[in-house]
Amino acid sequence: MYLFSTTGRPPGVPHSNGLSRAVPAFAAIFALSRAVPAFAAIFSLLQADPVFAQAASESGWFNADRTQALVLGIILTGAILLYVVLASAGRPLFIRKIAGLDTVEEAVGRATEMGKPILYVPGLNDMDEVQTIASMNLLGHLATIIAGYDSRLHVPVRKSLVMSVARETVQQSYLSAGRPDAYQEDDIHYVSDAQFAYAAAVDGIIVREKPAACFYLGGFYAESLILAETGNSIGAIQIAGTARPPQLPFFVAACDYTLIGEELFAASAYLSKEPRMLGSLKGQDAGKGIAIVFILAGSALATLYSVTGSETVREVSEIVLWLFR
Amino acid sequence: MRIPDSILRIDRRIIFLLIGAAVCIPLILKPRFQDSPTPIVQSIFDTVERLPAGSRVFLSFDYGPDTAPELDPMAKALVRHTMTRGHEVSFFTLFPEGVGQIKKITDNLLPVEFPDKAYGRDYVNLGYKAGLGGAINTMVVNFRTLVNADAEGTPLDDLPITADVDEMVDYVIILSLTAGDPGLKEWIQFAGDIAGIPVMGGGTAVVAPELYPYYPQQLVGLMGGLKGASEYESALVDRYPTYRNATMEATMRMGPQVVTHVLIVLLVLLGNLAYFLGRSDRRNRAGRTGQ
Amino acid sequence: MRRRIPLIITFIIGVVLITGYFVTRGPFNTLYESFSDYFAIITVFAFILGGGSLLKIHLKRVSSRAADWPYSVVTLVAFLVTLVIGLFKVGNPGGMSGEILASGSWLRFMFDGVYNPLSATMFSLLAFFVASASYRAFRARTKEATILLSAALVILLGRTPVGAWMTAWMPESLAFLELPNLANWIMAWPNTAGQRAIMIGIALGVIATSLRIILGIERNYLGRGE
Repeated sequence: MYLFSTTGRPPGVPHSNGLSRAVPAFAAIFALSRAVPAFAAIFSLLQADPVFAQAASESGWFNADRTQALVLGIILTGAILLYVVLASAGRPLFIRKIAGLDTVEEAVGRATEMGKPILYVPGLNDMDEVQTIASMNLLGHLATIIAGYDSRLHVPVRKSLVMSVARETVQQSYLSAGRPDAYQEDDIHYVSDAQFAYAAAVDGIIVREKPAACFYLGGFYAESLILAETGNSIGAIQIAGTARPPQLPFFVAACDYTLIGEELFAASAYLSKEPRMLGSLKGQDAGKGIAIVFILAGSALATLYSVTGSETVREVSEIVLWLFR
Repeated sequence: MRIPDSILRIDRRIIFLLIGAAVCIPLILKPRFQDSPTPIVQSIFDTVERLPAGSRVFLSFDYGPDTAPELDPMAKALVRHTMTRGHEVSFFTLFPEGVGQIKKITDNLLPVEFPDKAYGRDYVNLGYKAGLGGAINTMVVNFRTLVNADAEGTPLDDLPITADVDEMVDYVIILSLTAGDPGLKEWIQFAGDIAGIPVMGGGTAVVAPELYPYYPQQLVGLMGGLKGASEYESALVDRYPTYRNATMEATMRMGPQVVTHVLIVLLVLLGNLAYFLGRSDRRNRAGRTGQ
Repeated sequence: MRRRIPLIITFIIGVVLITGYFVTRGPFNTLYESFSDYFAIITVFAFILGGGSLLKIHLKRVSSRAADWPYSVVTLVAFLVTLVIGLFKVGNPGGMSGEILASGSWLRFMFDGVYNPLSATMFSLLAFFVASASYRAFRARTKEATILLSAALVILLGRTPVGAWMTAWMPESLAFLELPNLANWIMAWPNTAGQRAIMIGIALGVIATSLRIILGIERNYLGRGE
């Protein structure tokens, strides 16, 4: 069972305060509640007609209006788990290259050569957002690399809970890299909850400290271009990633590499090269395959019905639509 | 450095200066650009217009002062329209800073332009509720558990406008002015899709593209950025000529936007011209070196 | 054990929350809202951590006369003045029982006179940065970049009355080529198709990440060592 297996502690590395792990775990619990709307979002996007669902059935324990969500949820979860199990059994998996992630080490190396810090911006969201959890996962990987290179990592944050989790994550990474002495708590600090006050402060940090590499990974809003253009103006290598689609064009225009949407969630698995994590990525692709099949089937059936007017086609089409109601 | 190269490597501060001029000069000269509503904006106007007088409308100010220049004109246009039509409007916000935006309407616009409208009878401020998308979910499941008093603490039962409001579905439409999360997307997912209340509204130009996938099935209409607000204003002026002399902020601000857009287009074209001239120049030089 | 306990809690709560989505009766059906409420309450208290960090770092910079320390003085003064005025409702016509942003209150004055214009100023920087980024990024280097460039120009012009004016001469039969109509078409079709695809990918990514967290496969957010 992989559920509660643990990794070994590197020799010579002291135990950290175990209780402090409660903070990120606690935060993760809130983020998990986001998985529920994620299921809802898929159905909401795939449906072709307005869904004005009826109030939940009062008669039983099970909400019958969510049968379709349950069916599709089980299929998606099953696909992900299947690939996780296959990967655990040693089945080789092909994962396409993500250029932005392959450059991480190069960016850190460059910062070390230049003697400049590395700026990591984990986005504007709090820990109840899965993007922020994904960002913390990436920060963990990055901090391990940085610890090896002996560079300075600067993480200004917008939310207090994110600060606590980031501190814990980076500290653990420095410990696992055998460099607990290099960890500087004050380099991970709270700035402001106000969106543009935060943007102004980070811009100030970029202009004053001139980091050699800037990472913008997490949930971003209108400040994305303000940060990325300022980073661009000082000639920093910039790697961005967000699951907020409106900000992607800004990052693409101003950064060297951009992780688009799902790539941000895949990044931790990609960098870890851990088979079970990679397996979950393949399962995710299977989910995408299912979505593509239904989109094609729905479009084909709707077209066929408009051409032939066949009742059978309409009924089949209705069944497909029902799945996403 | 050759001319194409110097154009390609133009100091960004020169671009900033040009943009500054493109914004300031139209602000001084005040050119007026008449707009006409596109279907996606007209759809909101028509929905508000068709509702019978006295309909309960829920208007959520999901933005702060930073995006107010884009979203305030939408708020004013919607308030003017709903008040003119005699609807009962409940103001609400999912942003802590949204409280200040609502106050601007209830303290400044309503008493001046609609002195006959009374607080508690024609409009009410339900204030800010924490909980982001979860707050919407709670309101849909049980409205009164989250909202049982207005922003001043007056119980809903004591206000004529809200005395009969027990559930979210007591509102006939939900309007949201969106700067990010939470906003229209969450209203669609947690209220529109679940409770069947038609959702519409406006968003900054940055968030608008993200909302298009929900139109027209789940999102009745959308005002995208200042342009969307300007379109709504033009629809309002066309239908109600009394507003012809009113200050239509979006229409006024379209001047700087138009000039800036044209300037950016010219800059992009100039950059491409320099790029192609530089490329052919480099090819010629490479050709000569090769000989 | 230090790592197992948080993982066990995460697993149990994750499964219960997802179960709650499908169950109509209490306490399951209200768990999502309850957790949102808990989170809102905890983030308020967590602010003490953030505020403490802000004070500590800037006080340190001032006391050690670190580079650019005068900025830290400005930050500290602004932070403490706003905090005191907001907490004790200084200058509020209604006193301690008055509405926090009541008209005429000092905090309202600071909100309208300082916070509003500063926030709007930062947001307006976007116009300048959009121009410089567009100038640099929109180059017809490849076929794909040329398509991107063309779409950008159509949207930029089509979203203004100038676009309508430029193509108003077109005959009725070619009305679909008028810039505003082309811009609307790009927004409604190619943009929507791309956005939907990205959003479905993101939703799947959220589900996969959540499953990894629930099952304890993903644990970097807990730190990498044991």
